[in-house]
Amino acid sequence: MIRLQQLCKCYQLGDEPVQALDHVDLEIGAGEYLSVMGPSGSGKSTLLNMLGLLDTPDSGRYWLDDIEVSALGEEARAAERSRRIGFVFQAYHLIERLSARENIELPLVLTGNAPDERRARVDELLQRLGLDRHADHLPNQLSGGQRQRVAIARAVIRKPALLLADEPTGNLDSHSGQGVIELLEELNGEGITLVMVTHDPAMGKRARRRLWMQDGKLIKDEQDAHA
Amino acid sequence: MRSTDYLRLTLTSLKSSRLRASLTILGIAIGICAVVLLTTLGEGLRLYVLENFSQFGSRIIAINPGKSQTGGTGGLLASTRPLLVEDAWSLRQLPYAEYVVPVVQGSGAIEFGRRVRYTDIIGTGGDMAAAWRFDVARGRFLADSRGGYPQPWAVLGHKVKQELFAEQNALGQFIRVGGERYRVVGIMAEKGQMLGFDLDDIVYIPVERALSLFNRSGLMEIDVTYRAGTTAEAMAERVRQRLIARHGVEDFSLITQDEMMRSLDRILAILTVAIGGLGGISLVVGAIGIITIMVTTVHERRAEIGLLRAIGATQRQIMWLFLGEAVLLALIGGVVGILFSGLTLGLLTLAMPTLPIQLSSFYLLLALLLSALVGLISGVLPARRAAGLNPVLALQSE
Repeated sequence: MIRLQQLCKCYQLGDEPVQALDHVDLEIGAGEYLSVMGPSGSGKSTLLNMLGLLDTPDSGRYWLDDIEVSALGEEARAAERSRRIGFVFQAYHLIERLSARENIELPLVLTGNAPDERRARVDELLQRLGLDRHADHLPNQLSGGQRQRVAIARAVIRKPALLLADEPTGNLDSHSGQGVIELLEELNGEGITLVMVTHDPAMGKRARRRLWMQDGKLIKDEQDAHA
Repeated sequence: MRSTDYLRLTLTSLKSSRLRASLTILGIAIGICAVVLLTTLGEGLRLYVLENFSQFGSRIIAINPGKSQTGGTGGLLASTRPLLVEDAWSLRQLPYAEYVVPVVQGSGAIEFGRRVRYTDIIGTGGDMAAAWRFDVARGRFLADSRGGYPQPWAVLGHKVKQELFAEQNALGQFIRVGGERYRVVGIMAEKGQMLGFDLDDIVYIPVERALSLFNRSGLMEIDVTYRAGTTAEAMAERVRQRLIARHGVEDFSLITQDEMMRSLDRILAILTVAIGGLGGISLVVGAIGIITIMVTTVHERRAEIGLLRAIGATQRQIMWLFLGEAVLLALIGGVVGILFSGLTLGLLTLAMPTLPIQLSSFYLLLALLLSALVGLISGVLPARRAAGLNPVLALQSE
């Protein structure tokens, strides 16, 4: 589903150039559950942004579902993001002035879906995530775990093939973190490809395939035998 | 993305920063209000002045002595002959000529019994009342002398009559004008003021007598009104030929009412634009307010912009979101400004009913368009900045 070929990305951090991705080759199949671990500054977030088409490589090529997305322009990448990719962030990134429902339906709003259709799809998802009582609550009226569930709902409302999670449990206590990770795994069980960046080895170990990064290079790629 | 959703998202954003949005709106409202008020007042002033000038009718040609041009032979041959009363009478025979009004004006003491009033004295002919559309309230207007020296008759303006005679009957009474004895033959109807000049505070006497009273050899002006059926230019040409035939040279100036109105109109229109421009300055200040607020807003909402990009918003959509916010701010400001100026103009109309103030829907629409334009222009820079943000960096900025 995903194929990266010799992907490079270099940042200028102050005076010093930082090689965030150093000739990365990677293939990810549909439905995989993959964690990316490594010290901060190892390039794991850059990899995630690259996979999510938020960032563009300096060199190398990237195929997503047999489309060479590294060759696409800005607006086309936005369309691909909207169609195929969902993001979950450590900081939730909910819009504070919008209710849970309005946050979840944002991707549908951007694609111009009709309000009735949006409502039906959001209701269905809210029910499934046990958030139906909180539909009209603002983010600051929700707990951390609930916020992240809203963010996940927003990420999957368009039924993307790829779900990218950047430290999804980083701001949560272990109990709510557990709930969130179970939800993500449940979605993966339904066929969505899940790539999760994490600091936490315990979280990382749950994935069937584990990548370790350092200085922009993939240094270890471990896979459970039964997968 | 649907336009209703653009509107909804923009409105929630404005609602979430109420104070800031209202202050920005106020800035634009003041600018729009200034432009609407000043241009409406300017337009009102223009109509008022034009109305004042056209109350005498529009088919008028004014002849003044002297010609403002430099002759080739110096001053030797360029002797300016005065406009004589006979010149005026000679114009009566011209085709289309309706009324001919010789005018000489001065001031002096008007006495009745022990009461004295210093006021304007106009020497003129019998046509004046009809030509200038002044009504005689009682008695009659002056008569033309036709050759002989005219009778010592005087007609009083409404105010002069009130001051000298109060409620007493003035007709047939003898007054003294500049020391000479005159008999009051008529009282003018009340006319009011024209541009600050009191048309009721005047005494009219025959032009020949006024010339000798003021010790002048020539008239100050001759007004000729003409019937419909000819053009101002053709009529002016007829008058010119006749006077050249009498004087030998063109030592007088003609101005038609048309020309006068046109140049007056031009001057006042420029004035209106100029004071409207002054109002425009405050609109520019308001626009700068929008730019400032929008730049701040974009900076504060970087994380939100990054998120929207991550969930599939295009750069164009981000640009429209912020551009829409700027335009909405400006449009609301425009509506508030228009309401406020409407209120002010309404109060002004109550206070000064004579000023012809009109809020035309054309100008209101123009003001709305103007405010939308201001929003669009001041929104472009911040909106482009928002659209151009790097989504990765934007997401990290929380």
